[in-house]
Amino acid sequence: MSDPLLTLRDVSVEFPALSGLRALMAPAEARRVQAVAGVSLHLRAGETLALVGESGSGKTTLARAVNGLVPLAGGEVHFDGQALHETPDWKSVRRRMAMMFQDPTGSLSPRKTVGELILEPFVIHGVPVGDRKARARELLAAAGLDADFKDRYPHQLSGGQARRVGVARALVLDPALVLADEPTAGLDVSIQGEILNLMNRVKTERGLATLIITHNLNILRHIADRVAVMYLGRIVETGPVDQILTAPAHPYTHALMAANPEPDPAARHERLILKGETPALNARPPGCEFHPRCPVARADCATVAPTLDPARTGGAVACRYPLDMGETIPA
Amino acid sequence: MTETLRVRDLSVSYDTRQGSLQALRGVSLDVQAGEIVGVVGESGCGKSTLISALMRLLPENAHVTDGRIELDGEDILTARPRRLRAMRGREISVVFQDPMTSLNPVLSIGRQMRDIQYREGISTAEKDRRAAAMLGRVGLPDPEAKLRTYPHELSGGMRQRVAIAMATLMHPKLLIADEPTTALDATLEVQIIALLQAIQAEIGCAILFISHHLGVIAELCDRVVVMYAGETVEEGPVADIFERPAHPYTHKLIECDPGRLKTRAETLPSIPGSLPDLTNPPAGCIFRDRCDLATDLCARQRPPRRSVTPGRWSACHHAEKVTP
Repeated sequence: MSDPLLTLRDVSVEFPALSGLRALMAPAEARRVQAVAGVSLHLRAGETLALVGESGSGKTTLARAVNGLVPLAGGEVHFDGQALHETPDWKSVRRRMAMMFQDPTGSLSPRKTVGELILEPFVIHGVPVGDRKARARELLAAAGLDADFKDRYPHQLSGGQARRVGVARALVLDPALVLADEPTAGLDVSIQGEILNLMNRVKTERGLATLIITHNLNILRHIADRVAVMYLGRIVETGPVDQILTAPAHPYTHALMAANPEPDPAARHERLILKGETPALNARPPGCEFHPRCPVARADCATVAPTLDPARTGGAVACRYPLDMGETIPA
Repeated sequence: MTETLRVRDLSVSYDTRQGSLQALRGVSLDVQAGEIVGVVGESGCGKSTLISALMRLLPENAHVTDGRIELDGEDILTARPRRLRAMRGREISVVFQDPMTSLNPVLSIGRQMRDIQYREGISTAEKDRRAAAMLGRVGLPDPEAKLRTYPHELSGGMRQRVAIAMATLMHPKLLIADEPTTALDATLEVQIIALLQAIQAEIGCAILFISHHLGVIAELCDRVVVMYAGETVEEGPVADIFERPAHPYTHKLIECDPGRLKTRAETLPSIPGSLPDLTNPPAGCIFRDRCDLATDLCARQRPPRRSVTPGRWSACHHAEKVTP
């Protein structure tokens, strides 16, 4: 197999937890929180990896760290032969690694028209555009927007239309990798299919690798090849999408999948309701960080931290007592 | 059975610079006592306008142009401000989508819960006792201490529990839940749905549950009303609607849900086209432009509500053709 396009080794990202005098008074370990705590993963050309997890699990921070928008506190990132943890030329890196931001309207300059926005990547990277009008029309058509959108401003777009502009901007310079942060957030179900189809089409046509961040579990099956599940800034399980959906090995993955509301009353499954909420990053539980909420935790889970090891179900799991193939937790 | 809420032919329009925007057109729905009714619809379908109208909290540029709203037989649209103040929070209350913006950030939780009971004629200590009991009921640990906290000190899930405690403290007849789980994570969403079910069973209030999420509606509700572009297009028992939708919009909406497809699809279904311009709504059927079954009749005549099976209706000329 070819070398991975993107490799993350033990990546961590920290943020200051306190400021001012309180930071000076606090012990060193209380001054910072680890938003991403030792994540390793890889992505090959043409592959789509979905990062799933709940708010605060560090998904977005991880993507921003890969793209150099927040500094790394440790670890290595290799992309397309370049070491991103050293000081790369970010401008050239970002031409090959595009980012689709979570807020579709907020990530577009309110003072530029759609026509200008869609050609902006050419300007930033000094790529000749040729006939601007023809090029803009062609790009709008590829994104599924009428040519007369060219003169509109972002506030005149609906969420789905703004998202299309975001997709077009990310893809116009033929990147090798796209980091897509919640591409369906805030979209109606009747629209989200169109956006995902657009992304799927481009991916197949150009062999694009995609790191997609989502908490929409319903779309996983249709867009992802592999899934990595994050909890408190760590990957707790990773594996092929079918295995994650049908035979999750980590109790958290199982609970997450079972929590997904099912529209078809006939297909309703037993709900598994987790106790409590995700703990704060500055109050990480000892041992396995999931143990206070885990329905099948045993005594030593509170003291011994698990490592991410190959699982019998096919992927890798960070749990000392993973679930077996097809095993479920009684609700 | 008695109807807790009865909405008949409600029409609301907003004055805008582009003209009069007809946000609701002839909306009718009933909620029986103790029933959980879901309202499902996407952005722009008029869900928020409906809630504002039910609470009589419409903005100044909005006008109710037609229709009636009755709460337990009492006309809300003609009620005096004094009566409305007595009604809100005690007989009809709302849990909003974002608890951070619906709770007052500068008052403690306890103070806000005391204020809700201002007409009760009981001592402050008794009000605090009731508030703490309610906070305990919705699953907050150490409720007495929580009375002294401020909204920012609580997590998102906790805040939504507080909002539910406040909304149900006075045992309202009707609880309106406006996308109460949309801002929450999946594992919290199931906790909140279970909590709403338990509270409803306990105090016996009717719930009007508004959501764009078919799955949540299906799990929680007895009946569902489907809204599109300011109109109610279909209504019936949840299981029937999901099994045999009788309106093309409902049918497409269910098809669009990617969770329904259990094998990988390279092309996901969507509903092409966009919402009609509500300042100048088209004649005939409102969904016609995006509908595969549309005929000349749909362009000429607005489809009336037609009974499909008992307790079930659809506003479509071709209702029997929707589910083959």
